[in-house]
Amino acid sequence: MPTSHRFAPSAIKNKQKREQIFHKAKKEKGQAKLQRRLANAKHEADDPKAKQKRLADNVPRTLENTREFDPSFLTADPSVAGHTTQDSSSSTAAQQQPVAEAAADIASDPFSSYFSSIDDPTIPPRVLITTSPKATRAAYEFCDELVGVFPGAEFHRRPKTRGFEMGKIAGWAAGRGFTNLVVVNENTKKPNAITMVHLPDGPTAYFKLTSIELTKKIFGHARATAHHPELVLNNFVTRLGHTVGRMFQTFFPPLPEFQGRQVVTLHNQRDFLFFRRHRYAFRSTEKVALQEIGPRFTLKLRSLKKGLPAVNYLGDVAKPLEFDDFGESREQTETAADDQGGPGAEEEPAEAAQTAKKVPPKADEYEWVWKPELETSRRTFFL
Amino acid sequence: MQSDDVIWSAIGNQFCSYKVKTVTQNFCRNEYNVTGFCSRQSCPLANSRYATVREHEGVLYLYVKTIERAHSPAHMWEKIKLSNNYTKALEQIDKELIYWPNFTTHKCKQRVTKITQYLIRMRRAKLHAQPKLVGVKKKLDRREAVRERKALAAAHLERAIEKELLERLKSKAYGDAPLNVNESVWAALLDKEKARERGEELEEDESEEEKELEEEEEEEREFVSDVSESEDDLSDLEQVTDGVDDYSEESGDEDNADADTKPAPKSKSMLGKRKADFRSRKPKRGPRVEVEYENETEIAPRVRVAAGW
Repeated sequence: MPTSHRFAPSAIKNKQKREQIFHKAKKEKGQAKLQRRLANAKHEADDPKAKQKRLADNVPRTLENTREFDPSFLTADPSVAGHTTQDSSSSTAAQQQPVAEAAADIASDPFSSYFSSIDDPTIPPRVLITTSPKATRAAYEFCDELVGVFPGAEFHRRPKTRGFEMGKIAGWAAGRGFTNLVVVNENTKKPNAITMVHLPDGPTAYFKLTSIELTKKIFGHARATAHHPELVLNNFVTRLGHTVGRMFQTFFPPLPEFQGRQVVTLHNQRDFLFFRRHRYAFRSTEKVALQEIGPRFTLKLRSLKKGLPAVNYLGDVAKPLEFDDFGESREQTETAADDQGGPGAEEEPAEAAQTAKKVPPKADEYEWVWKPELETSRRTFFL
Repeated sequence: MQSDDVIWSAIGNQFCSYKVKTVTQNFCRNEYNVTGFCSRQSCPLANSRYATVREHEGVLYLYVKTIERAHSPAHMWEKIKLSNNYTKALEQIDKELIYWPNFTTHKCKQRVTKITQYLIRMRRAKLHAQPKLVGVKKKLDRREAVRERKALAAAHLERAIEKELLERLKSKAYGDAPLNVNESVWAALLDKEKARERGEELEEDESEEEKELEEEEEEEREFVSDVSESEDDLSDLEQVTDGVDDYSEESGDEDNADADTKPAPKSKSMLGKRKADFRSRKPKRGPRVEVEYENETEIAPRVRVAAGW
């Protein structure tokens, strides 16, 4: 870049001259940069290793790769996943150990029956979809879309009368063989939250619902077919994230119908869960064509409860006080049962399991609750 | 001292802080007012003989004014607890307000009725879960909307989905005879796989041969020529298996390699195709290894979604 000028352009008082010199300098600068980049490109074309080196060196710092370490990360090797900060490298060794433990933990979670079931994997799980009381058209339209998304979904209108609390509905649905419950909440005629309940024993996840685009609003959308879609669950890293991901999985049949070429995605990015549905086609071994089917919406986890949603009737008769007799009576009853004979004792628990109705708990037991103060650091994510 | 007419002439016609003026009628906000209207009869300030009914934490009390205590307003009202039983409460009022003007007893009884009814309504409403009202936090919503927008931009959703689908295709998650892939694409993929596997097999053979060479030095001479050839192969194949389009090395190899195996130089724009050619052509030279594919079409495997997490 030539520095022939004696003065800085800004020191020249004549406006025309100043502009002329300034623009000249600017153009020269731009040209120099262009030449530099062209030369660089040429050099890299000759020597691909240089390009690789440059790309390896110039990794931009993003919120994802500077994410604060969370001991509940479940990836086999967190350093590979690139979701950790430097200080995590010291703790990776300590973290490697409980991987088996975490696997066992996951294997015994409430969704394990779905993954280990020996039923026909093509039968879709039954999902009950309903709205908050006094819903309007917006919620119903969104529910229609959801019915199209989940292969085994049924929509039922929420009755307007009293006594149809979410926990009660969940209990009844569990009794009728539903495995999942979805309740769309509506506020000011817009769906604003969604509650997903895994039946019969929970957990219950409550999500904020934003950015809903119904299918008909998506330009150039494809038409959905009745095939069971594939699932893509991206970026769920922590234990909590896995819980959410597995829960979402239980809404779909375990075996997709691949000929439908439909894929449902729940992509986690910075705790926002982006829901998308596409039809795909493999154009070559490196290229996939996607066409969106819809709907699209974004979820954000607000709370995760252990059981079904709580229903507390203040009018209910309180349980009578029970006194601990330190196991004496139980032993007595057991011995009595033994005396009566084996078959009678065996039948009792089976009958009890059948007759035991799913009763929602009296109070909520939260596994995780979102609070605004949790998000004071932008590099902290929970899923 | 206590002059009802004087008080009323002031607050009735001029100003009273409890008075609420409307077009049709004036109301009173004094808690002791038995009707709620601003009138001479029902004004709790301008009547020295006054009684009202109030509710405190679900219990009804009859308040009777004792004008002799007007000098200490804190003790001016006599508070009589009324029964929970509605009829008994009415009887109590009759008994307490005997010889009082009919207006007062009647209004007190009306007020008992009203309060009892709203208490019943309140208790009934408490039995059932009421919707929980949550405040709208505008600032928080705005902040989350911005973060969501940025997260969406950072997600590169379509790219991520495409990557995942290709990974599934390549890891044979769709089974050995996938229904969702075009035949030509699947054939191309299989070709690639075969080429790669042969390359790997070759490498293994190579290393075994080398070991043998080290062990049996007597037979060394017989193998030398073979080895040198396959070494050439190896150097080429390493490029293939690495998947690195390393042109500088290739140009170095050109001197050694045979003319027929060397791919003709092409323009840069053909880069992808050239690579594919290169791979498919290469393994012709080396020893053949037959790879058997077991077809298990009966049970299509479940897609391992967990792998993508």
